[in-house]
Amino acid sequence: MVTFKLNQAEVRVDAPATSPLLFVLANDLGVNGVKYGCGRSQCGSCTVLIDGEPVRSCQTPVSAAAGRSVTTLEGLLEGGKPSKLQQAFIDEQAAQCGYCAAGMIMQAQALLDRNPAPSESDVRTSLNGNLCRCGAHNRIVRAVLRAAKEA
Amino acid sequence: MTDILLDRRRLLAGAGYVALSFSIPAGDALAQAAAPAGEKPRLPGDLNAVRMISAWIRINADKTVTLLVGKVELGQGILTAVSQICADELDIDMAQLKIISGDTALVPNEGVTAGSFSMPNCGPAVRQASAEARKIMIDLAAAKLGQPAESLTVKAGVVSGGGASVSYWDLAVGQALEREATGTVKPKALADLRYVGQPVQRLDIPAKMTGGEIFVQELRPKGLLYGQVVRPPTYKAKLASLDSSAVEKTPGVVKVVRNGSFIGVIAEREEQANAAAQALFAAAKWDVEKALPGTDGMQDWLLNAKPNKVIETKKQPRAGGDPAVKTLEATYYRPYHMHASIGTSSAIATLADGVMTIQTHSQSVFETSQAIAKMLGMEPSKVRCQHVQGSGCYGHNMADDAAADAALLAAALPGKPIRLQYTREGEHRWEPYGSAMVVKTKAGLDKDGNVLDWDLTIFSTPHGTRPGGEAGNLLSARYLEKPFAMPTPVNGGAPNFAADRNGVALYEFPGHNVLTNFITDMPLRASSTRGLGAYANVFAIESFIDELATAAGVDPVAYRLRFMKDERARDAITKAAEVFGWDKWRKREGRGRGIGFAKYKNIAGYCAVALEVDVNKRNGRIRVLRAVASADSGHIVNPDGVRNQIEGGLVQSLSWTLKEEVKFDDTRVTSEDWASYPILTFNEIPPIEVALINRPGTPFLGTGEASQGPTGAALANAVFDATGVRFRRLPLTPERVKAGLTA
Repeated sequence: MVTFKLNQAEVRVDAPATSPLLFVLANDLGVNGVKYGCGRSQCGSCTVLIDGEPVRSCQTPVSAAAGRSVTTLEGLLEGGKPSKLQQAFIDEQAAQCGYCAAGMIMQAQALLDRNPAPSESDVRTSLNGNLCRCGAHNRIVRAVLRAAKEA
Repeated sequence: MTDILLDRRRLLAGAGYVALSFSIPAGDALAQAAAPAGEKPRLPGDLNAVRMISAWIRINADKTVTLLVGKVELGQGILTAVSQICADELDIDMAQLKIISGDTALVPNEGVTAGSFSMPNCGPAVRQASAEARKIMIDLAAAKLGQPAESLTVKAGVVSGGGASVSYWDLAVGQALEREATGTVKPKALADLRYVGQPVQRLDIPAKMTGGEIFVQELRPKGLLYGQVVRPPTYKAKLASLDSSAVEKTPGVVKVVRNGSFIGVIAEREEQANAAAQALFAAAKWDVEKALPGTDGMQDWLLNAKPNKVIETKKQPRAGGDPAVKTLEATYYRPYHMHASIGTSSAIATLADGVMTIQTHSQSVFETSQAIAKMLGMEPSKVRCQHVQGSGCYGHNMADDAAADAALLAAALPGKPIRLQYTREGEHRWEPYGSAMVVKTKAGLDKDGNVLDWDLTIFSTPHGTRPGGEAGNLLSARYLEKPFAMPTPVNGGAPNFAADRNGVALYEFPGHNVLTNFITDMPLRASSTRGLGAYANVFAIESFIDELATAAGVDPVAYRLRFMKDERARDAITKAAEVFGWDKWRKREGRGRGIGFAKYKNIAGYCAVALEVDVNKRNGRIRVLRAVASADSGHIVNPDGVRNQIEGGLVQSLSWTLKEEVKFDDTRVTSEDWASYPILTFNEIPPIEVALINRPGTPFLGTGEASQGPTGAALANAVFDATGVRFRRLPLTPERVKAGLTA
């Protein structure tokens, strides 16, 4: 049994301690905002925040989350509405398939938490480890910059 | 907003839901598709095959309209675009519209969602069906209100006239739309369009940004179990022996499924299924043979392989005139490319009450369901595929294989929903790649450097091994105890072509011959990948035309325009050059500019790409500084959708051209993850400007694959401009460029 905070709410899961946090979130806790991409921390589509730091949940055992605070895409919602960052992704239509979007947004959130007024180059560098195959990169960069500007 | 989120009731409720809610029985849509149109009038797009208005449009009692389409959402925005068309023609708000797409029991069979065909075939069908549905509603309203039909107006589904009004929902009793379209109703005039032409936001994007339910991974039926498959070490390896007893005793493992050389496992948890599959692979003994030519041997292999067919794609010998004063020749090569979707393929299958229901992100739900039925020995009507979105789709990836594998596992454990999502290695090593190709070009020139004779020769393995209703095209079916043989692939002919797609240059030359060596042997598994042969052919044509321009001492844009008679093509080339600032551009050390053009398939969208590079001659590294694309997709339904497709295709093509090559040795593919198959990342992506050329009132032209070919050629041309060295073998990695510069 592992206990941690998921999007501010206390959760207890009956899963093996070594189970990847990704699968516990997606399959035990019904979280949509994490995606399996590679299982090797190479693509970023499973990115969540643990105590505010971006981590790749595919290679993080659930035991590493014990007693800590995990934030997923769902946790960014403000009163059920998209956050500024999420809304900026919608406004910029920053996706084609959108499979990478959850990880992109979490990575970008971590950047904005640390640096509320990033340059374009800061955004690109911060997201460089998150892969997108549809070629929505420039839209994604615009969305992050827009959110920073509107904050 | 139009509802296109996961419809859990439909997807998870089982077969009964069909009969309750819809009047078209499963299979009926198929029958209609097969019926010849005979003497009947030709109807627009796919409406010609599925002619009942009710097959496309339903007026619901809950004050909504349902649009049913066979084309599916791949992230390309098709469902948003057809919703715009439908809402306009029916005079309803988009918020009043629901969509069902890609459910084999419910929707018109529109074949495969591929080839940039969705807007050309589905768009006009939806437009006509919607216009005819509106006419039927108007006529019903006219009778009810006692007013002449011409005097009535419609807003948000409410028909008004003579001081009274009645809504579609009051009118739609019984079988109003249960009739064939006539083709006699005229769609809206351009001036009356409200949504078409506007950058309406994509319907599926909010859910994707907020953790809504939209992907197949987000369906979690009760009692869900997790599956994984074990692939052989190599394509042709046979399972010699397997002791699965230890794995079967592992906690969480529910069942090991073995059928010939196919091995699968079902477990209570996803990570348990993945670990068990790894353990089974380690426990299995295989007979392996060495059969592959290896990455560096592939070009020679293509040139020396015996083609199954030699196709005269175009034969136009020059009629008389002077002999050429000069002949130039070149050989171009593209390696295998992966689709390499960020998410691996996934599906859920459940065998219940004799019906196999599969939630899949396949592009070809109808043909895939038939192929799976054959593989399982089931009646075709007992296999139902329902399209649910998955990760990005750029052609025939492993979506169909995942559907088939989930079904194989579900068949072994009836009553239980089984979800499977491949591992990264499983997808990278086993997906059908875009075929490696060699393209040879030869031009005979006059004294001014003009082309007299143009010859292009293509060497390629297949580009189409989609399920097509045949079990042998499903990967695992080939490894079963009673294996299904893979059908011999064919090279699709005119007007779309396959290996020879865009093999015929749109330029007009006096002599023009294209020969296609179609090789059905496949060292690596290959199938449709965004653009098929067009990427290599356009790369070769547009590189070679640049070489000829250089030889003639003529500007590459001006040289192209010498031979281009198609006005829209000229506009696209000119537009890209103009927005790029071609004429004002000044050469600087290490910098180069390049242009590339194609009209996709010579029947779809026009696209020209101009870009600027900086080449570091010390390390061979290419930096793309900026790119411009022009796009003429005919009448634009959603300008932001077109921009997104052109820009995305451009980025993907830059990635192919700069970095990508599937690596393999003499037994197996060695590109097994993102480290061994790198793709372009944020820091490497240039600013991109897309200049749209709208042609209101003209046919919708497909866009999704238009920028792939022009981009690759523009890049190679820019590198030549920067360095004076012509690179004809892709990808243009720093190692290759450095070697070329010091050679």
